[in-house]
Amino acid sequence: MYLEIITPENKLFTGEVRLVQVPGTKGSFEILHNHAPIISSLQEGTVRLITTDGKEKTFDIKGGVIEAHNNNITILGESA
Amino acid sequence: MAGLKEIRTRIASVKSTRQITQAMKMVAAAKLRKSQDKILRLRPYANKMSGIMASIRKGLENDVEIPLMENRPPEKVLIILVTSNRGLCGAFNANAINQALQVATTVYAEQWKKKQVSFFAVGKRGAEFLASKGYPLAGVNNEIFDQLTFANVTELEERFVQMFLFKEYDRIDFVYNRFKNAAVHLLTHETFLPVSEPEEKEEIPSPKEEKTVADYIFEPDKDSLLGELVPKSLRIQFFKVLLDSFTAEHGARMTAMHQATDNANDLIRELTLHYNKARQAAITKEILDIVGGAEALK
Repeated sequence: MYLEIITPENKLFTGEVRLVQVPGTKGSFEILHNHAPIISSLQEGTVRLITTDGKEKTFDIKGGVIEAHNNNITILGESA
Repeated sequence: MAGLKEIRTRIASVKSTRQITQAMKMVAAAKLRKSQDKILRLRPYANKMSGIMASIRKGLENDVEIPLMENRPPEKVLIILVTSNRGLCGAFNANAINQALQVATTVYAEQWKKKQVSFFAVGKRGAEFLASKGYPLAGVNNEIFDQLTFANVTELEERFVQMFLFKEYDRIDFVYNRFKNAAVHLLTHETFLPVSEPEEKEEIPSPKEEKTVADYIFEPDKDSLLGELVPKSLRIQFFKVLLDSFTAEHGARMTAMHQATDNANDLIRELTLHYNKARQAAITKEILDIVGGAEALK
């Protein structure tokens, strides 16, 4: 899965990931390979991801929106 | 003809002016590059945002009522005039100010007569002008350009959204210089609030786009998603306007300072010519005096 985390001021992350966990407005959820297309708003919290080589990374955001489609994931966030 | 010494001091003073304008040009060029980078970094976010909003809208049968989109008859109008904090950038500020006044007196002529048009000045130059001429000034913010970050801009944008929601104003417009390239900036007048519907041309489905239309899961639901995204995209618009103006300012200053440096060069060349001629004339006169004196002694 290809993930991009973009804020208005820069790109926080781009690359292949195995797992993404995001703080959705209706509750935190994870996206794995072949997730159904989804658009969800995000609340303040932490985005956690695991890259394909097994490294874990976290980013704090102040809210935003996530779009996942065809294993392309975009997170538009406002960095905290 | 001016005395030799006078010309010499003038040349020296023009030279030092040239040094200043040259330095200012360099500084403006460096700042221009920096803020141009900012615009480029904002672009992917803005594009993605409008993409997502388009896919949400596609599945909507009827329009959602969002307070920010409420199109009231414009009785009270606020014009946000974006200028720079510093001068020495050619006609940059004067143009924006004129455009703002023109918008107020032509587009909103009726409201203007009833004194229902106010200005909000972002940038010292516009603020000082409006204040000195006694135009209705609803507020001023000069500090924003000191630190043009998204967080700071959001704070200011929040104020305008509140003004609109509390019906202090029915319409909020921008007048600013949009950055095109270092030498060209376009005077722009656009509506900030109420949010307008996306233009029709975006709706035309291209074959490539149709493939990407997917059965999205929307969380929490489309209406509240849109309600959340519209303010976000407003913030982006606001941020972009300020960035554009800021970048255009540096572009304008760079061009103005470049011209000033050229002018100084011309002036120096002319003055040097004068100086050399005067010097030559003085020498010739001296020789004539000596020869004349020697002649008389014979």
